[in-house]
Amino acid sequence: MDHTSHIDENTVVIQMKDIVKKFGDFTANDHINLTVHKGEVHAILGENGAGKSTLMNVLYGLYKPTSGQIFIDGQEVHLNGPRHAIELGVGMVHQHFMLIQPFTVTDNIILGVEPTRGIVVDEKTARKRVIELSERYGMKVDPDAKIQDISVGMQQRVEILKVLYRGAKTLILDEPTASLTPQEIDELMEIIRNLTGDGKSVILITHKLKEIKACSDYCTIIRQGKYIDTVKVSDVSESQLASMMVGRNVSFTVDKPDKEPGKEVLEVKDLRAKDYRGAEILKGLDLHVRAGEIVGLAGVDGNGQTELVEILTGLKKAESGTITMEGKDVFNRTPKELFDAGISCIPADRQKNGLILDFAVEDNLILQHYNEEPYAKHDILQRGVIRRHATELEERFDIRPRHTEAHPAGTLSGGNQQKVIIAREVTNDKELLIAFNPTRGLDVGAIEFVHKYLVEQRNKGRAVLLVSFELDEIIDLSDRIDVIFDGKIQGEIAGRDADEKELGFMMAGGAKQ
Amino acid sequence: MKKKSIGRRILEGNFLYTVIAIVIGFLIGAVFLEIAHISPAVAYGKLASSIFGKPKYWFYTLTYAEPIILTGLSVAFSFRTGIFNIGAEGQYVVGALTATVLGIMLDVPAAIHIPICLLGAAAAGFLWSYIVGLMKVKRGIHEVISFIMFNWLAFYLSNYVVNLKVIHKEGGGEASKDILPSASILFPQSVRTATGCTAFNWGIVLAIGLAILLWVIIERTTLGYRLKAVGFNRSAAKAAGINADRSVLQALGISGAMAGLGGAVQILGMGGRLAQYATQEGFGFEGITVALIGASSPIGCIISGIFYGAMKYGGSKLTMVKAPAEIVDIIMGCVIIVIGISQVFKRLFLGLASKKRAAA
Repeated sequence: MDHTSHIDENTVVIQMKDIVKKFGDFTANDHINLTVHKGEVHAILGENGAGKSTLMNVLYGLYKPTSGQIFIDGQEVHLNGPRHAIELGVGMVHQHFMLIQPFTVTDNIILGVEPTRGIVVDEKTARKRVIELSERYGMKVDPDAKIQDISVGMQQRVEILKVLYRGAKTLILDEPTASLTPQEIDELMEIIRNLTGDGKSVILITHKLKEIKACSDYCTIIRQGKYIDTVKVSDVSESQLASMMVGRNVSFTVDKPDKEPGKEVLEVKDLRAKDYRGAEILKGLDLHVRAGEIVGLAGVDGNGQTELVEILTGLKKAESGTITMEGKDVFNRTPKELFDAGISCIPADRQKNGLILDFAVEDNLILQHYNEEPYAKHDILQRGVIRRHATELEERFDIRPRHTEAHPAGTLSGGNQQKVIIAREVTNDKELLIAFNPTRGLDVGAIEFVHKYLVEQRNKGRAVLLVSFELDEIIDLSDRIDVIFDGKIQGEIAGRDADEKELGFMMAGGAKQ
Repeated sequence: MKKKSIGRRILEGNFLYTVIAIVIGFLIGAVFLEIAHISPAVAYGKLASSIFGKPKYWFYTLTYAEPIILTGLSVAFSFRTGIFNIGAEGQYVVGALTATVLGIMLDVPAAIHIPICLLGAAAAGFLWSYIVGLMKVKRGIHEVISFIMFNWLAFYLSNYVVNLKVIHKEGGGEASKDILPSASILFPQSVRTATGCTAFNWGIVLAIGLAILLWVIIERTTLGYRLKAVGFNRSAAKAAGINADRSVLQALGISGAMAGLGGAVQILGMGGRLAQYATQEGFGFEGITVALIGASSPIGCIISGIFYGAMKYGGSKLTMVKAPAEIVDIIMGCVIIVIGISQVFKRLFLGLASKKRAAA
């Protein structure tokens, strides 16, 4: 992706000076500076919980800063709410969309600022203006479609149009690519270029380095609430950005010694299953994973990955086929039987299937072993043992903040919640570890951490099945890559020969070349 | 982590907000009394003197608290395991009925008779709730609907049985025969004379003992761990290999058994016989109030149950000053509503506290 800059270095539109925001004892923003020019794409980079969103909420008028100054178009302002920020030309697109599902695109865009004729909404004018705006910035939307019927990418465009319709000159986009497909991400980049070409400025909150390199002019890095630096993106590499963000060097390449795989651990043959609507979703899938190897299952979401993992962990029943673990039949067993047969899993949805958020961290760490020694004796929980176990894992797996054994897991950040699951599943040390999108929503530091443990399991001679929608992750980690398409394995490529283009072709249903 | 100051702990806990809710409940009750041209000072004075005036009133308060501590435990246990047992009323009724029938029909020594009556009542409550659980687990029928229907089934079943010839007391109005003395859990005559409370019985000991037992189950046992896990997050519990259906059934069964025992102590202790119901007795529904005020903690239920027992006992004497006993229901209702919004106070107070500290 080439990046055409539209920046006008002489016109400053936003300036934030020495912004401090405290919540009680906690300092979320500690003297942060930010300068944004006309036509600039300015990325704000930081780990989960670094204070990016707090800073933007200050700029958007949702929080009042404890101290510091904000200038918009050279004038110092004291924002008293989002409405005020919008009046001054600052608009925000939140990560979680705020749209009314049964309303049309047009209705959502004009909501609150409807053009009226007398006391009725002037639908015709509204529709015309929406079409004008969408054509001007190359954002194709159907003004009459209902939100519930359009894709996530489309919904995001509606959000952007909503902000533009209100006359925003600076757009804050909070993690805009988090839920988009690769193609939608490319389209978003195009939209951002169109916006800056028209003299708008864009502030991009993200922790994805690739996107920053692809479309930003400047990048401000925040770490643990502190201002680290503002850099010209063209002058720095991705790994420099990453180490500034994390505060140490981050390795992108996974250190993985060559290893001959051992005996067969998991064998799946001719597996067939139906989805919740009763349509066949797995159509004769074959798969095998051996000890000491990572098998990557690549594919676009919805080709049967979810069902496969559910069947392998006992949450769903298959129609037919065979599944064996180390030669033993484990077809259609309960979750407990499969776990005992040697299958552990890092689930895709950690808050739904991985953790009990209301439970203390220490209790989450014994979820599969709560009734076994030494955690329980004669059905009485051994609180001291459970606490020591948690303290030990907290240290070993760097779960932060420390000493949160007794706090509900829901109070941890997403990355640390994932560490709790990794700690539990890795210490289960089962013959097979299934990892389903194990790094979704995590920042670079946490991703590196998760990858390290997956490779460690492989090196210890365990079998690892990595199911992921992130192609980079599959290519980096896998010894073998199976591509799943339409409920079957489309083909297999050795990890070291993997080529993104060919994999992408196979993921779309093409035959191996 | 820093050690928290006592002040901070009070602000973060539930107790302070419960007390605030109770105070506000009384204030709103006063408004209603004022509207009805009854002096709140006189009414509340009577209420207080009827509870604290003489030691014997304290023992009556405890006696009044017995069944609602138990139904409170029933509801609290269901809350902690992710279900809403709105059927404690029905389980109470089948418990009371079973204790009555066994208390009348069996003629065995007290050492056997009392345990049989208690166990029978617990089993009846367990079963009454378990059936609802089965319908939920096997057929997906929402438990709130079945519980409410089972409350009425219990109501009519009880009235039917009370009027059976073997149970009904000849010429005794609309009630059953008296239970045999061997089934009575009243304290010995000497204790009752000394305390001045003729109905004082072992039920209060049972209620407090069971509250402690439930606390241990919830906080310290693998059973409690499993039931809570399923209650908080069924999918994660299932994925971890926990049999969720079985856990729901067990939780409902235990909850039902508590309410059934509530019925038993009322009959074997205070009542001595079972009257035909004109309307639903209400002990089960009062259990919801007790559980809410007690923050769903078994130990909290002892305290809130005694509080509610005091209000009921004191309220029953309000007619002496021409104030309606229903004022107690108004107060308790307001307390519940205010507890429902107590998070608002919590946030307000915590916010003020941190502002003060930031300024200092």
